[in-house]
Amino acid sequence: MMQYNRQINRDGELQHLLTVEGLPASMLHRILDAAESFVGVTEREVKKVPLLRGKAIFNLFFEPSTRTRTTFEIAAKRLSADVINLNIGASSQSKGETLLDTVNNLSAMHADMFIVRHAQSGAAHLIASHVAPEIHVINAGDGRHAHPTQALLDMYTIRHFKKNFNGLRVAIVGDIMHSRVARSQIHALTTLGVPEVRVIAPKTLLPKGVEHLGVHPYHDLSKGLKGVDVLLMLRLQNERMQGALLPSAQEYFKYYGLTPEKLALAKPDAIVMHPGPMNRGVEIDSSVADGPQSVILPQVTFGIAVRMAVMSILAGS
Amino acid sequence: MELPQTRDLLEKLAEAIRAEISGPVFMVGIHTGGAWLARALHDMLHLNTPLGTLDISFYRDDFERIGLHPEVKPSDIPFDVDAADILLVDDVLYTGRTVRAAINELFDYGRPSRIRLAVLVDRGGRELPIEAGFKGIRIDPGENRMIDLLKNEKGELQLRLRPE
Repeated sequence: MMQYNRQINRDGELQHLLTVEGLPASMLHRILDAAESFVGVTEREVKKVPLLRGKAIFNLFFEPSTRTRTTFEIAAKRLSADVINLNIGASSQSKGETLLDTVNNLSAMHADMFIVRHAQSGAAHLIASHVAPEIHVINAGDGRHAHPTQALLDMYTIRHFKKNFNGLRVAIVGDIMHSRVARSQIHALTTLGVPEVRVIAPKTLLPKGVEHLGVHPYHDLSKGLKGVDVLLMLRLQNERMQGALLPSAQEYFKYYGLTPEKLALAKPDAIVMHPGPMNRGVEIDSSVADGPQSVILPQVTFGIAVRMAVMSILAGS
Repeated sequence: MELPQTRDLLEKLAEAIRAEISGPVFMVGIHTGGAWLARALHDMLHLNTPLGTLDISFYRDDFERIGLHPEVKPSDIPFDVDAADILLVDDVLYTGRTVRAAINELFDYGRPSRIRLAVLVDRGGRELPIEAGFKGIRIDPGENRMIDLLKNEKGELQLRLRPE
């Protein structure tokens, strides 16, 4: 059984960021507030502050990722830390080294922080439970479990465009079943007091009992989008077609793809978000992705500031 | 020991600055007390240059010991720092470490032609070679006392002296 409080230390400070679940709203707001200050830094002539000077941050990516790894790297560099990128799939693990041996070796190189992406749920948690107390771990996505910094940057984006959370109707659309992003988004949205969170997906991609997380399930996109303020689109992974969960990408697009006609059912000022990388013509139409209601690129920019905030709060605890 | 009226100190400080201003001066207040003070001085001196604010949380030298300040606010420098004549404003000058951090932060925006420092209270106890060109008063409250600036609901500034 997971111990979510492992991420909070004895002084009540954030020691690791492994999941959004169980974090109090005050902690989420603190991260978003700090991120707001970092957005200012990234707009300056010198886009760097000396906060983490001399710290060694290891990007441990056991699963491929471009955007998340790059934004973590930029965030660490803007905090003046030294960043070491390890693409583990291609190194020790292929020679048979265990996860913990890899981490022990890197700890012996005086790492201060690990950013971990792994296909296995709980990998970041396992690492956090074995490292020395002065080392911090950030989960950059573990299996189907959690992707807390993605959810936090989504919350930042929502707060930026909608000002607050307490009058909003938010819809998460797509492969809820396999999505660590959706799970983290649901925990963040409910913790921050969003009164109505909807999840919209075909039956095969919606986990049974999802309503126990405090969300309203829909199978019909048109019904689910009525009157929403925020649309969180999810990436549809190609391997889902092979597992007989979906007939084809074309058919998925027909029923669940976000077209301008479907978007018109939401509020006129609704914003459209996507964690990337997008499958144009599968979960989202190009005219929506590039349209005036899309805030997909601001999400990427805010992601750097949010990751700077998380890293500096952890490093200072 | 009693502090003089804050209003009197503020007027004395504004007077001292007014005598030394020639050409455009860009005022920058350090959060939180310094930002309030800068706002007040900016109004009293009828400056028409934009007013800046700095939160020095990302430049503090005690991050290792105390971590990130829980209420960090965005810095806002609404003018080009390159070649600007800057007047940095803080409520209380003590060790000089806050001013060191503020100067470092300003240089990440550009290369000012000059930075001068104005404070309402200089309480001594410097740990760095930093001095204020303009000050409301120089006092020594003793090591275990704290001086800070408060703002009441009417928007009036009031210095407070209290045990640490």
